[in-house]
Amino acid sequence: MIYALRRLIQAVPVIVLIMIGTFLLLKLAPGDTVDALVGDMGGADAEFIARLRAEYGLDQPVWVQLWRYMLKLATFDFGWSFVYEQPVATILLDRLGTTLLLMATSLSFAFTIGIALGAIAARRVNSATDNLISTLGLVFYATPSFFLSLMMMLLFSVKLGWLPVGGIKTIAGFYTGWDHVLDVARHLVMPTAALSLIYLSFYLRLMRASVIEVADLDYVRTARAKGAGEWRLMIHHIMRNALLPVITLLGLQFSTVLGGSVVVETIFTLPGLGQLAYQSVVQRDMNTLMGIIFLCSIIVVVVNFLTDLLYARLDSRIELA
Amino acid sequence: MTTLDTDLRPPQPPRLVVFWHRYRRNRAALLGLFLFAIVVLMALTAGLIEPGDPLRRAGPPLTPPFVDMATPLGTDQLGRDILAGIFYGARISLLIGVAATLISIAIGVVIGALSGYFGGWVDDLLMRITEAFQTIPNFVLLLTLVAILGSKIEWITLAIGLVSWTAPARMVRAEFMSLRGREFVDAARNLGVTNTSIIFKEILPNALPPIIVYASVIMALAILLESALAFLGLGDPNYASWGNMIGQGRAVLRTAWYCAAIPGIAIVLTVLSFSLLGEGLNDALNPRQKK
Repeated sequence: MIYALRRLIQAVPVIVLIMIGTFLLLKLAPGDTVDALVGDMGGADAEFIARLRAEYGLDQPVWVQLWRYMLKLATFDFGWSFVYEQPVATILLDRLGTTLLLMATSLSFAFTIGIALGAIAARRVNSATDNLISTLGLVFYATPSFFLSLMMMLLFSVKLGWLPVGGIKTIAGFYTGWDHVLDVARHLVMPTAALSLIYLSFYLRLMRASVIEVADLDYVRTARAKGAGEWRLMIHHIMRNALLPVITLLGLQFSTVLGGSVVVETIFTLPGLGQLAYQSVVQRDMNTLMGIIFLCSIIVVVVNFLTDLLYARLDSRIELA
Repeated sequence: MTTLDTDLRPPQPPRLVVFWHRYRRNRAALLGLFLFAIVVLMALTAGLIEPGDPLRRAGPPLTPPFVDMATPLGTDQLGRDILAGIFYGARISLLIGVAATLISIAIGVVIGALSGYFGGWVDDLLMRITEAFQTIPNFVLLLTLVAILGSKIEWITLAIGLVSWTAPARMVRAEFMSLRGREFVDAARNLGVTNTSIIFKEILPNALPPIIVYASVIMALAILLESALAFLGLGDPNYASWGNMIGQGRAVLRTAWYCAAIPGIAIVLTVLSFSLLGEGLNDALNPRQKK
């Protein structure tokens, strides 16, 4: 419990730094809220603009503005989106579910398949199986997700007609219950594959190296001498320790995966945060963009916290108390 | 007594030769070097093989590959030569890759060195900043920087460097923390060498091998980031880029899939060459490391 609390407190300065960072980015961007507002209205006279600036606190010293901005962010008030004519927080909440779903499917796929292939490759080092798996890993690593997406679309949607090209569900389907779940799952197959293959290759390579290292340790030899079968040896003795670095990587890379969803969601027109980020850049909707950065950072912090707890559970050398 | 009987040691082979002998033991690394050489060659000879602007119309639109000898890999929907695009795209990819890697390593070395050498509050502050950069999804930050700075090639390169320095910074920090307590550093300090000199002249050269290996990883990531930006149509429109070609090929995927597939294969092979190169360098520079 104290361990968990300490980890949470360590995240506070990072979040404050990110708040300052988004504020600086907003200040760096050409134009401010009032410019956007006036542009939206189609122009206004100078006196009115000055009054608006005062109303929004934009005439205050920078550090006062920064303080107010941080207070607002702390209550998840991200301001107003002049593109969607809605509070940014509402838009983000609307999009969050899709992205979290895509994250969950991609990471679980990458993680399970990655560690399985890595463990198989490590048990037969330098065999044909190992070479095949390692080569696959290298190719997955080098293939950009957008290229993979297009090639999958070409094969599975255009040529074979098995999977839908985009969207999260069939628009005129009005499915309910299990039909709905199945429909969403069909829409998620290609985005999940496109997003996860590169991370799958990371986990595979790390797991392979990690299993090779752990399998050499004395306690594994002892277990083998005591007559533990290969299967039991792998699952009970090697896996648990070999998984530790992979879990660290999972936490560290979560933010990269979230970033990768921008490309994948845009290609497959999934209505998530990534697609919103791309649209906000194109439409210069800075408030929404900053909201996405902040929300994504919070998600990353939470996920890192959870992986830390998981890590501490798996590695009993780390004191939880 | 002849000279043969003296206890002079036989001359050591030059370092570069030793390095090369170690490097070529890894056959995959040789393949990586070969692919890399091809990409560099394409970048260098782009102007000779394909004179003229790669963005100009070179033939009838959507010519398939291997049909017209003037455009051996075919043309896209605007009649632009795909082969020329591949050659000039290699130039842009390498240019952005090298420049962004240098920026990212430079930032990483400075932050990591200060952090690892001084420790204390400097370390705390710099590491919190590093964590903040690691927490923000790097592609989202990249998009934001490009939205603010604009799509010129210089700004894109700078932005890629700015989002990818955290891993080298952590690596340099770890190296500095383990090296700063060694005798040679103490010796230098006792001789009155300044901190700046100790950091850059004494410790940094010893910390370089893992940084050089990691540079190949950053290079690959930088090329992937640039191509993803260009694919989304946020790259510099004045240069032929592989990512951009794939993005445009998306519109004609149904009828002319080769427009997207050819530059895609170019990216895959280039990134692959950097990974293999990195592995080879790692084997050659850290020979004692357990395999």
